[in-house]
Amino acid sequence: MKKFSSLLHNLILTPSRNTKIKLLQDYFKILDINRSYALAILSDQLSFQFIKASKLRELVYEKVDQHLFDYSYDYVGDLAETISLIWPTKKKGKSQNLSTLIENIKKIKKSEINTEFSKILSELSNNERWTLIKICTGGLRIGVSERLVKTAIADLYNKSINEIEEIWHGLEFPYENLFQWLKNETSKPKIDFKKLFHPMMLANPIDEEKDFKRLDANEFQAEYKWDGIRVQLMVSSKSVSLYSRTGDNISSAFPEIIETTKGDAVIDGELLVGINFKPSGFNDLQQRLNRKKVTKDLQKKFPVFIRAYDVLFYKGKDLRKLSLVERRKYLEKFQKENTTNQIDLSLIINFSTWKELTKYKNNFHDDLNEGVMIKLKNSEYLPGRKKGYWYKWKKNPKLVDAILMYAQRGHGKRSSYYSDFTFGVWKENELVPIGKAYSGYTDKELLVLDKFIRNNTTNKFGPVREVKKEIILEVAFDDVFPSTRHKSGVAMRFPRIHRIRWDKPINEVLSIKEFKKEFKID
Amino acid sequence: MDFINHQLFIKDINVHIDPILPKKTAIITHGHADHARFGHDHVIATKQTIDIMKIRYGDKCAKKFTPLRYGQKYSIKNYDFTLHPAGHILGSSQVLIEKNNHRLVITGDYKVGKDETCKNFKVVKCDTLITEATFGLPIFQHPDPKDEIQKLIRSVKINKNNCHIVGAYALGKAQRVMNLLRQQKYNEKIYIHGSLEKLCQYYSKEKINIGKFEKVSSKDKSFYEGKIIIAPPSALKDRWSRRFPNPIICMASGWMTVKQRAKQQGIELPLVISDHSDWNELLDTIKKSKAKNILITHGQEDALVYYCKKQNLVSKPLSIQGRSDEEIE
Repeated sequence: MKKFSSLLHNLILTPSRNTKIKLLQDYFKILDINRSYALAILSDQLSFQFIKASKLRELVYEKVDQHLFDYSYDYVGDLAETISLIWPTKKKGKSQNLSTLIENIKKIKKSEINTEFSKILSELSNNERWTLIKICTGGLRIGVSERLVKTAIADLYNKSINEIEEIWHGLEFPYENLFQWLKNETSKPKIDFKKLFHPMMLANPIDEEKDFKRLDANEFQAEYKWDGIRVQLMVSSKSVSLYSRTGDNISSAFPEIIETTKGDAVIDGELLVGINFKPSGFNDLQQRLNRKKVTKDLQKKFPVFIRAYDVLFYKGKDLRKLSLVERRKYLEKFQKENTTNQIDLSLIINFSTWKELTKYKNNFHDDLNEGVMIKLKNSEYLPGRKKGYWYKWKKNPKLVDAILMYAQRGHGKRSSYYSDFTFGVWKENELVPIGKAYSGYTDKELLVLDKFIRNNTTNKFGPVREVKKEIILEVAFDDVFPSTRHKSGVAMRFPRIHRIRWDKPINEVLSIKEFKKEFKID
Repeated sequence: MDFINHQLFIKDINVHIDPILPKKTAIITHGHADHARFGHDHVIATKQTIDIMKIRYGDKCAKKFTPLRYGQKYSIKNYDFTLHPAGHILGSSQVLIEKNNHRLVITGDYKVGKDETCKNFKVVKCDTLITEATFGLPIFQHPDPKDEIQKLIRSVKINKNNCHIVGAYALGKAQRVMNLLRQQKYNEKIYIHGSLEKLCQYYSKEKINIGKFEKVSSKDKSFYEGKIIIAPPSALKDRWSRRFPNPIICMASGWMTVKQRAKQQGIELPLVISDHSDWNELLDTIKKSKAKNILITHGQEDALVYYCKKQNLVSKPLSIQGRSDEEIE
């Protein structure tokens, strides 16, 4: 555990990619059961059923005054780090290795979790405690992607990263077959590809200035970019399953797709809510997300469908090495043979110059698309975000000027800065909040805002500071919907700070009435 | 408490403690720039604090200086002042003010732990305690500085082709890091940023063991491989640090307790070495002072005020102008 926790500690503090790879390689020089756990943790595949953030809070409140903990958490901005630092017992027990520790935790009976897990936390050093809590709550956020870990390992054992990517989703803890192959003791693990989630092909944002000069419009085709969630649908005569972009099986939440789809293929598409293939916006889709099960009522109110972009397998045949144009033919064939009310095809936009494409990017279908995708016609289906094949070109965001009202400290890399901003517009003589943003500003702007907030706090509500109403933020957002949950009656999609409007006086900010009118909300 | 206001000003006799702006009479707790300023008429402080002020601001930074030994009494009207060791940096002191049997202590910045570079802290019993709270949260529990300095020494041994640049405040922290390295038998010459030179020379003169040091000069890049360089934190991000071979950026500060803090500042090797009291030391000092009235100055005062109230002590924060939280040390 000591080795693994110092690995994580060093990874989080190292800005250099090469140093990170070197640290990972030093650690994975040996391939044993500890490394199996480490690999599972680094790729976020290990989870403890009954040790969640709320349980950890409960444990720490048994040891530390709740208010003192809350003050500290507000300051640190990271639960694992706060608990690891504030934990009062500093006695160090014998340092257990990672696998023994995890296996011991797994053996804990649910009824004894409070005493037993507390005991374990007390036996660890600060850094080990931090590591263990990070493992329990999942999502390490140490600036190391799954891909970087694979790269480090591939490089260390002279394998290609693509080979590892290909079999990755067919591997399971404790990765014996992988480790043996890495050590050249056996051949590459055999995986049944048809049953496997295949890593998706992703797009890079286009650089309007550079890329359009460089790229030949005739070699590309375009499609609309939809604001749903990207999914992979696996259909065979035996079963149908639906996976999210990260490879999670989400079939049970969308029974209408599972029950109606027929055929034999692996389809890549966008999951959307709407009737007659007319998407109704992300707000509606959100009602269907993050649910294990779904009621009939919800299905009726928010029916889902898939807008198909691509096909990876068709009747057992691997199409990924074919060109996009070829694959599209198979996709159309699949669609013809298996027509349902749950799958339609993404439209292909014809254009001959980049300029022509601009109008498609900005105006279409009541604002429901997010822009366009630009895809190389003869691109293979390549996992990951490879450069030079697929591009996304988002439409310009909507903008509104609003007044900074409240601020709160951020988390992670922004911890202890006042970096979460609530902003509002006028409602008669008062301000009413319309949204909250914690990104978009430059580092310099953040420092200015942070300083302003510290020096101009007029009121404190727990961790929230109310500030003098003088700063106007130009807020960019993707969309805005009516909402009954917010006082203002509106909810923004992905608001972020575009810039600070030093030039504008606060009485020139819109009223909520004007705001709703401008963005067509009744 | 009636006789001193939230600006640490005693109106009755026109005396300030650590004022930000030039004043008639200023008692200075120690030489850091957020406490010792240029331009007062009359400065009362320890001899070492006065020396440090003269090094930093010139011999004429005040019209008149009154050096006091620890414990030596100085009276103005019916107010008696004495200075007591604060253990923060060389010359640092707490101020005890006695008036009509009421004892009030202003701790200034202080730390309780051992430190060879200055006279160590002693609790002064009092009725009213005005304490700092830089690290006034229970997450701050400073480790043994020897273990922290060992991390640096180990890293130097392992990374022979890198140089280690340690960010440390020019007055106090830099010399403490040097002294800790010497305590741990690191006997190589230590290289310092130019802005540290005069202060290091003064520490040497005052017989503080900081060993051999030399100002960084424009030598061959490879010369600094395997060396330790000490620089003020502001220099770490400056062009200045780019002249060195594969630098590993370190920082000696209590803030380094929080990993995300270290990461934000681009610190690769955080060293939790603080010249301020940690949470437990703050609580211990409050308890041992026997004060019933606790006022809390700059830092994380909320948690400490809450704690004191729970102990049935009268407590409130003092917000002193010109000292924003989290920038000090």
